[in-house]
This record gives sequence, C-alpha cells and structure tokens, in this order.
Amino acid sequence: MSKIPVKMTVNGRAVDDLVEPRLLLVHFLREKLNLTGPHVGCETSHCGACTIDLDGMSVKSCTVFAVQAEGAEITTVEGMANADGSLSALQEGFMQEHGLQCGYCTPGMIMRAHRLLQENANPSDEEIRWELSGNLCRCTGYQNIVKAVRYAADKLNAQREAAE
Amino acid sequence: MIPGAFEYHRPTSVDEAIALMSQHGDEGRVIAGGHSLIPMMKLRLAEPGHLIDLRDLDSLRGIQPAGRCIEIGAMTTQQEVAVSELLAEACPILREAALLIADPQVRYCGTLGGNVANGDPGNDMPAVMQCLDASFVLRGPQGEREVRARDFYEAAYFTARAEDELVTAVSIPIPPAGHGYAYEKLKRKVGDYATAAAAVVLTMSGGSCESASIALTNVGQTPLFAEAAGQALVGTKVDEAAVARAVEAAKDIAEPVADMRGPEEYRTHVTGVMVRRAVERALTRARA
Repeated sequence: MSKIPVKMTVNGRAVDDLVEPRLLLVHFLREKLNLTGPHVGCETSHCGACTIDLDGMSVKSCTVFAVQAEGAEITTVEGMANADGSLSALQEGFMQEHGLQCGYCTPGMIMRAHRLLQENANPSDEEIRWELSGNLCRCTGYQNIVKAVRYAADKLNAQREAAE
Repeated sequence: MIPGAFEYHRPTSVDEAIALMSQHGDEGRVIAGGHSLIPMMKLRLAEPGHLIDLRDLDSLRGIQPAGRCIEIGAMTTQQEVAVSELLAEACPILREAALLIADPQVRYCGTLGGNVANGDPGNDMPAVMQCLDASFVLRGPQGEREVRARDFYEAAYFTARAEDELVTAVSIPIPPAGHGYAYEKLKRKVGDYATAAAAVVLTMSGGSCESASIALTNVGQTPLFAEAAGQALVGTKVDEAAVARAVEAAKDIAEPVADMRGPEEYRTHVTGVMVRRAVERALTRARA
C-alpha cells in the first residue's frame, strides 16, 4: 500500500511525514518521532499506558491510526515539563507522593490526569479514581497515584489563587 | 499486533462516504470512533481493504431538539452524550448509560452511531434505544429511511442496515416530563461488557404505573426489548408482586451464552437482578 502524507503538531512542534495507513499512532510517536513516553502495554485499549492528549481529549494512541491524527494537536508526556525545564505540578506530584514504582503506567497516568485537571480543577478523590479508571497500574494499588493527582490539583489551585 | 494493510479514505461529505461504501462493497468498512474496529483489525478478525473514515463529517455531530424528538448525530461521542445539558434535562438515561461504557479515553472516541450500528450484543446503547423506542436514520444511494431500534437488530453483528447504508443519526422521542429511568449494568471491571444490564423508563400517575418500557443488554444475540416485562408493571403500583412478574418476564426471554462472565443460569439470574434494581431506582425517580 502506498504511503500517505500526515501533518500534525506534537508537543508544540510541527511534524510531517509519510506513513502507511495501518501505522498506529503510538508506533508513529515512538518509532518515527522517538517519543517513547507513550508505552505499548496491552495493545488492546485496556491499560492506558499509551494515553496521549489529542485535540483536548485523552486518547489511547494504540487504538488510533497515525493518518487519523492529520491536523491534530498532540501532547505526550515529553511535552509536560514547564517551559524552563522544571517538572510540571503533576510530574512533581508523582515524585513527591511516590505515585509510581516500576513507572510503566506513569506517562499514561500523567497524560490522563492532565486532561482531568483541565476539565475539573478540584476533583474529589472519588472523581480522580473514576477519571483514571481507564489506566491500569499493577504496582502501587493506586493510593499514591490519587495522592499525586491531588498534590498537583492543590498546587495548581494555590498558584491560580496567588496570581489573582 | 499490526493490522493488515488497507487504503485510507477520508470523505468530506456524507454523499462521498456513501459513494465510497457502494464502490468498495464488502471490501470497505466505515470507521467512526474505531474502538471496536481497530482492535478487531489488530487481531486480523477484520481485514478491510478500504477504510472509510467519517471523522471529517461534522454534519453528523451534535445533539438537537427536533419537535417531539431529540436528534443525535451518529458521530457524536459518548463523552459528548455524557456531558450534554440538553440530554441531562430531557433524557437523562443516556448520560447514565454512556458513563457505564468502557472508560474515559474510550468515551472520548467512541460514538453513539458506532455503538448502535455495530450490532455487537455487548454494546449498551442498543437496548437503551429500544427502551426509549428510538429510530435510526439510515442513508444510502437510494435515499433516507428510518428503522426503529426495536426492529433493527437481527443477530449478532447482523442488522437491518444494508452494506451501502450509513447510520447518520439517532432520533429519540423525548420521554414525558417526570418519568423515572435507570440503566443498571453488572460488569466485572471498568471496560468490561455487561454480565447483564437492564434499561427501564416508566411513568407514574396517581400512584399507579402509566407506562413502562424495559430492554436488556448482552443476554442474547441482540439487545432484547422486554415488552411483557414492561407490561407487567403497567396499571400496578409497582409493588413487590408486579416487580416479581416483570423480573420473571425478563428472565423468560433472556438467552445468555456461557462465557467468562459466568454460566447461563447465573447470567439469567443477574438479568433478573438488574431488572429489579433498575425498576426500583426508576420508581424513586418518577414523579407521581
């Protein structure tokens, strides 16, 4: 099959390439753009390790073809750090609250939590659990992941208040 | 898991999409949210030679009142259904059901049209649509027609839709103000299909049930409209005896297969439990 052109913006950078239509977005990100934050976990759209942000939605990049992302704005965990290179509130939260052990699920967790906090700046613990229900972690038992998201929400809210 | 090779089409109009479907016949597949199709393609259980992507068809998105109905475009996502204020007000069972589908990431992609058109008995919206007596708008080369959800499903993955027809919208009669509703779904974990699920809409007047509609998910080859179960409630106070009759009527038509969710007897039993819970919760929500 012939390759077709795709253009998208990934972590603020314009990208264009030729791809086979059957190339999954997660493989495009990892193998063509060397962005290995999105992980290939279950490959069956259950585990959420490949979660990225696509046009303001949390999406499992193993269940989208790269050609479908034509024109899209994509953020991966590599695009999450602050402009000065310091860790974002969520990344800091996962570190401070020990929100990871092996780290395999972490990029997906962070990207999903990022979208959650865009939509709901002050979620309850129950809402955090519900909204992260498409991401599996086999190490932490989730407790510290919830705390990490809470940490980030509190920090971002305090920053917003200070700015007002 | 790498899907087979295919040619990718991205029509910019419904007519163009239908022309592509006609041209490629059973070699072509339309893709909406893709969260049923792409996993099947990875397993090579589906190997379309031509993939017709509907994502640029903005005319198939949106939720609008249309007289006594609400019309929802087929490309409207489950997430959009779940957060719609219009639906929360006029037809809240849709929000309740949408939030029980898969997980947040999948709901951002998965569409209402895909969910009802696919014919997968595990999908939740078909039974909800049967409960609400919704119709599906189908467009093909010969024009447009509507098919009631109650007449649409023939067997697992077989529906009244012709190969060159596209489900463009779902038309839902607005349930009466003050109606009670519930969608009860037992699943083993987030992201699982139902062991059994039941959709109930009922109306009460002067302490007695004026109308009741019940439909079942994933306990047969198709969604099941449990007409007798609903009728068992009409004219009663929805007391224990009436609920027990409705439960038995629903269990009578359930034909679940044994799978990793349990043996037939268990899933039939759960069907009854889901109907009971849904009726009881719908009753607490109905304005007498």
